[in-house]
Amino acid sequence: MNKLETLKQNLAGKFKIENYKFIHAVGDDVLEVPKEDVPALLLYLRESGQFDFLMDVCGVDYPNREKRFDVVYHLFSSKDSSRLRVKAQVGENESIGTVLPAWKGADWFEREAYDMFGIKFDGHPNLRRILTHHQFVGHPLRKDYDANLQQPCTSSLPIHFNNEPGSPGDVLNDKYVPLNIGPAHTAMHGTLRVMAEMDGETIVRCNNEIGYLHRCFEKMAETHPYNQVIPYTDRLNYCSAPMNNIGYCKAVERLLGVEIPPKAQAMRVILAELSRIIDHTIAIGTGAMDLGALTSFFYMFGLREQVYGLFEKLCGARLTVSMTRVGGMAQDAPEGWFDEVLALCKEIRKGTDEMASMVLDNKIFILRTKNVCPVSAQDAIQWGYTGPLLRASGVNLDLRKAKPYYGYDALDFDVPVGTTGDIYDRYLVRFEEMRQSVRIIEQVCKNVPGGDYTIRDKGIVLPEKKDVYGNIEGLMNHFMLIIKGLRPPVGEVYDATEAANGELGFYLVSDGSANPYRLKVRPPCFAIYQSYPTVVKGAMLADAIATVASMNLIAGELDR
Amino acid sequence: MSRDVAFTSRLDALVAWGQKNSLWPMPYGTACCGIEFMSVMGPKYDLARFGAEVARFSPRQADLLVVAGTITEKMAPVITRIYQQMLEPKYVISMGACASSGGFYRAYHVLQGVDKVIPVDVYIPGCPPTPEAVMDGIMALQRMIATHQPRPWKDNWKNPYEQT
Repeated sequence: MNKLETLKQNLAGKFKIENYKFIHAVGDDVLEVPKEDVPALLLYLRESGQFDFLMDVCGVDYPNREKRFDVVYHLFSSKDSSRLRVKAQVGENESIGTVLPAWKGADWFEREAYDMFGIKFDGHPNLRRILTHHQFVGHPLRKDYDANLQQPCTSSLPIHFNNEPGSPGDVLNDKYVPLNIGPAHTAMHGTLRVMAEMDGETIVRCNNEIGYLHRCFEKMAETHPYNQVIPYTDRLNYCSAPMNNIGYCKAVERLLGVEIPPKAQAMRVILAELSRIIDHTIAIGTGAMDLGALTSFFYMFGLREQVYGLFEKLCGARLTVSMTRVGGMAQDAPEGWFDEVLALCKEIRKGTDEMASMVLDNKIFILRTKNVCPVSAQDAIQWGYTGPLLRASGVNLDLRKAKPYYGYDALDFDVPVGTTGDIYDRYLVRFEEMRQSVRIIEQVCKNVPGGDYTIRDKGIVLPEKKDVYGNIEGLMNHFMLIIKGLRPPVGEVYDATEAANGELGFYLVSDGSANPYRLKVRPPCFAIYQSYPTVVKGAMLADAIATVASMNLIAGELDR
Repeated sequence: MSRDVAFTSRLDALVAWGQKNSLWPMPYGTACCGIEFMSVMGPKYDLARFGAEVARFSPRQADLLVVAGTITEKMAPVITRIYQQMLEPKYVISMGACASSGGFYRAYHVLQGVDKVIPVDVYIPGCPPTPEAVMDGIMALQRMIATHQPRPWKDNWKNPYEQT
């Protein structure tokens, strides 16, 4: 019996399932329900233990339909790593109940759907704009909003707080000192903003504001052909750009129903693991820098530069590589590249051990991070943590093991898991992940499969340049694909990969045209950062800074 | 003994020489370019060789604002205030396509170039620029300081958010 049948039986009697639609499409289980049932249904699905994660909430706009919006919930179960997509239709002037009672992590996702589409969520205490600025008029991801319509902002919002039950909201307390940190502040990594009410050095309550780097990724994706979205994905998590390329291309490939050749898979695995290493070096390096240790920064960047050197040899770019294409890789690896990767692996292993002893054995570092702002496993799941932070809290969940792709199941590596979820554990997990990544790269590099680096479907992949310039058929294929664009069939897919920060999901809706109809990114640190005010409440200010650093917040994917 | 040595220079040339060799950059790294600017500061490229040694994150202690990354409409009032808080003489480098023109983000929430709100001295192309390009930009700025190039864009600048 498949998952959908089981679900149908479980729900029968409790809900009016004659109104529900159970669909299995492009490998995903989808459940379409009336909007009135959503809060109760999702609460039931969580409490009965069938799905413990709420990965994403997003809207889709169909302006010509009677009920204009789809509200889409992506559920995930850590037990059997199955997924379920729950969809409900909402009209323009209607509202839908919030799922905050089921998952705390729904908070920001619902706010985002409100900001982008104007979908109202009943019972949400803080339904205000999150990504666009406070003077913004309209909802930009609606289809009738012009992508190029800028609206100037003339001021910054004053310090404000969440309207949680029992809290005074934006009213400041005379006894406490309001403190604004960021968005331009050393510890706030550029674009983050934290507002706190301080009792001496202790944070009484805290709020964070994002959106200072909202670059409209999703709107840009809707207005560009599929292959031109790849450079935009580079700039989501710019510390590990190749992983975003891979995640996006994998989603498109699944919608197209193509499988990439073994050599492309191997190259993607190598690129992804190299990216994981350099992402963790930045997280650790800047994290230690926020605690006052400058040496680690220089040390980590030395290592990072060497990996950049390999990227440069592969494609000419350092940071934003755009190396993948839908259907495989953009080009083959140069002669001897895999041997150079193997040689670098030795250096990375040595460097990681040195850095680990420098950071993790440092008494000051231990005192600043051990038992500071711990997050329990239950809380982490409630908030939608994924990746190193979830594993630091003691949950053994890694998509490379739980739902293997690109042959990860054939590779020998371990998933490090922490115990307390404090800041020290997070760094511990990251260091161990770097070592495991080296192990993976070495295994893949030692026997790279032969064959082509991309599929040769003329409707998906451009012909090689020697054919474009050498014969008429190649030239025609090239022109046709450029003019017509690659067109996946009508349908939708949610695909996730294990990126450096956690689950990077792409929800892709295709209407059969050359542009994605809707592309929703599920950025890992968006779910993580929304827990920040709760995690640091009652902590010291300096510990809050250490917490920001350990969360490895990348504004590009946080704000998109 | 050193009384016999004469050292002649115009005072403004001497001051310019000092200024160009002791730039204190304030990295305003918002996005990808910020990471690449960290590489420029890092061990391999080592910006310190160009007399731009001490990265300061306070506008009061810096004379060179390096805008590294996309500036959104939401961020624009913030960067304008940061620029205003810097003390004279102050310079601005716009690093990368986004800061210079909005880059490939012709989008509703992205400022189409930081020069819409603050005056820019040097634009560095690239997305993100290579560290070599950033150094070239800094050297270009140093030449501008040394040769006293007029900066009319700066004198004509008015804060677009000034309350009247």
